[in-house]
Amino acid sequence: MTSRWRHWLEERLPGLTRMIRRHVTAYYAPKNFNLWYYFGSLALLVLLNQLVTGSFLAMNYKPGIATAFDSVQYIMRDVNWGWLIRTMHTTGASLLFVIIFLHTFRSIMYGSFKKPRELVWLLGMLLFVVVMAEAFTGYVLPWGTMSFWATRVVVALFATIPVIGPHLAEWIMGGSLPADATLNRFFALHVIMLPLLLLFLVVLHLTALHEVGSNNPDGVEIRCGPKGNRWGKHYPADGIPFHPYYTLKDLVGVGVFLLVAAYIVFFAPSFDGWFLERNNAVMADPLLTPAHIRPVWYFSAFYAMVRMMPSFAGTAVWGPIAMSGSIALLFALPWIDVGPVKSIRYRGTGYKVALGIFVLAFVGLMLIGSNLTDVLFPWLFGANINLTKWTMIFGRTMMLAYFGFFVFLGLYTHLGWEKTRPVPERVRARG
Amino acid sequence: MIALSLALMLNSALSLSKTTAVLPTTGRHPLEQTALRHGARMFFHYCVACHSLKYMRYSRIARDLKLSRQQVMTHLNLTGGRFNDPVISSMPAALATKAFGKVPPDLSLEIRAKGAVWAYNYLNTFYLDPKSPIGWNNTVLPNTTMPFPLWELQGEQVAVVGKDGHQVQKLEIKQLGTMKPAQYRQATRDLIDFLTYVSDPAALQRRRYGIWVMLFLVLFTFLAWLLKKEYWKDIH
Repeated sequence: MTSRWRHWLEERLPGLTRMIRRHVTAYYAPKNFNLWYYFGSLALLVLLNQLVTGSFLAMNYKPGIATAFDSVQYIMRDVNWGWLIRTMHTTGASLLFVIIFLHTFRSIMYGSFKKPRELVWLLGMLLFVVVMAEAFTGYVLPWGTMSFWATRVVVALFATIPVIGPHLAEWIMGGSLPADATLNRFFALHVIMLPLLLLFLVVLHLTALHEVGSNNPDGVEIRCGPKGNRWGKHYPADGIPFHPYYTLKDLVGVGVFLLVAAYIVFFAPSFDGWFLERNNAVMADPLLTPAHIRPVWYFSAFYAMVRMMPSFAGTAVWGPIAMSGSIALLFALPWIDVGPVKSIRYRGTGYKVALGIFVLAFVGLMLIGSNLTDVLFPWLFGANINLTKWTMIFGRTMMLAYFGFFVFLGLYTHLGWEKTRPVPERVRARG
Repeated sequence: MIALSLALMLNSALSLSKTTAVLPTTGRHPLEQTALRHGARMFFHYCVACHSLKYMRYSRIARDLKLSRQQVMTHLNLTGGRFNDPVISSMPAALATKAFGKVPPDLSLEIRAKGAVWAYNYLNTFYLDPKSPIGWNNTVLPNTTMPFPLWELQGEQVAVVGKDGHQVQKLEIKQLGTMKPAQYRQATRDLIDFLTYVSDPAALQRRRYGIWVMLFLVLFTFLAWLLKKEYWKDIH
């Protein structure tokens, strides 16, 4: 019976079986993946969660400044299981950023962005930018105080561009303030255009990856190593079929991840104001400015860069330039870091130290962007310290460290200063 | 995850440092039924004259607090709404604006917005202030325009000011009300518990289902791990 159906399908859609083989059952992945390799499949899982829960939310959400806030409360209180669907969506958004940060860091650490995977990396970075746009437009939809002010702040970034800035800002919002037109267009972007773009990029990201094959913690190209495993003479000796090996392994990862996610969804959905912010429980009011405007946590590091950058030469555009530059440099990473060795395991000490500083700088910027330094500094250095001054000094140091990482890496690898360790011929046995 | 939990801890520290006291621990769960019912009684006795809960229906309160329709409609609903209506205050907006300078805020999401600790402290830090037009002031929300509706319970509290004559050092009860201080703290705690429930009524269901979902996921992960181990045993 099954084979008859398969035959029927095969005749009419010959590419399907080939595609499943190519991407799942006969995709040979290195056998030495570690903990860091769970985050790719988890990102896909959360993306699916966002699409499904998002569709159900869209059935009950009513865009428009007169209806949006009420309709979110309607979802939370009157729609059957509405609270669960919305909480899964909001928790998913934050967890997707946790996953993406770790996934990207994995890629940097093991040199997965290097030749021949530059395109995989570029598509991944594009995905990151689109996910940020998706998160931002989604953040506006509940039309709470923070939705309103987040829109103002983000649009203000565009408004700093000389000459065209103010017009651009008005064009984005469809008016001089975030209002009905803004909310409706952000809704359209959030539920149609950006998700479609996201799916398209995911397909490209995976296709490009499967064309060149996965990297691994040793940074050894298994396709260049010896051939022949128990599934075929031509397959890489150190590769194992994605299915059933990595589908099953990822299933365990999914289980652990869902445990964490379920704990948040069922017991700490607002995550003490970090995933769902307190100020957003108040409906947007253009006349009401909250005492503390801080971006949602996943944007905090980038927001900090805008805050730390001084205005000079008569324009404030330097903040947005620094912020977009911090992401643009990541795009350029394959051409900045040209060291021949991929994995951190065999790279020079200078690289390891620099990467550590880079991570600390990012975390430091996150602390500033989320105003946590306002609590941390008085706690560490006494209540009498000059908070503004020290936040500025700390923040600018962190920014220097962030950008310095790329400068150092460029010099370090282009000028051949790196002393690498010998890379093994084949991947090391599973730990 | 570690960074996030650190952030979480710091955030709690942040919210505590701004206030004067912490919620008294009662050994009861914040969403325990008896507390919620008592809190509801407090709300409908002292607050609903001015404050609405526009996102909360009487019928939902009845269902969640296990009260009968009759109980809700006779003891809680004093403003004339129907059973499926939301809780709307009987005070006309125009009158409220005239009396207090603004319409008293809807309290449906107050705890989500300000936090239980803030609200608890607000209700516990009213003091007599002859300079204030309403006769009361508050250390959490200085120059509040809200009269102190619970004064007959707590009594009259006065502020002990510092040398500069302004900075409030501490609050002292000058004249006891109908409740002892501990009783009053408990009563306001129950009221805040009720408002916490109102700000997110799904929390009651969430906790109930959450346990089972977590248990299922533990079992699922364990089985998935066994299966993975079985398949992977010949990969070296």
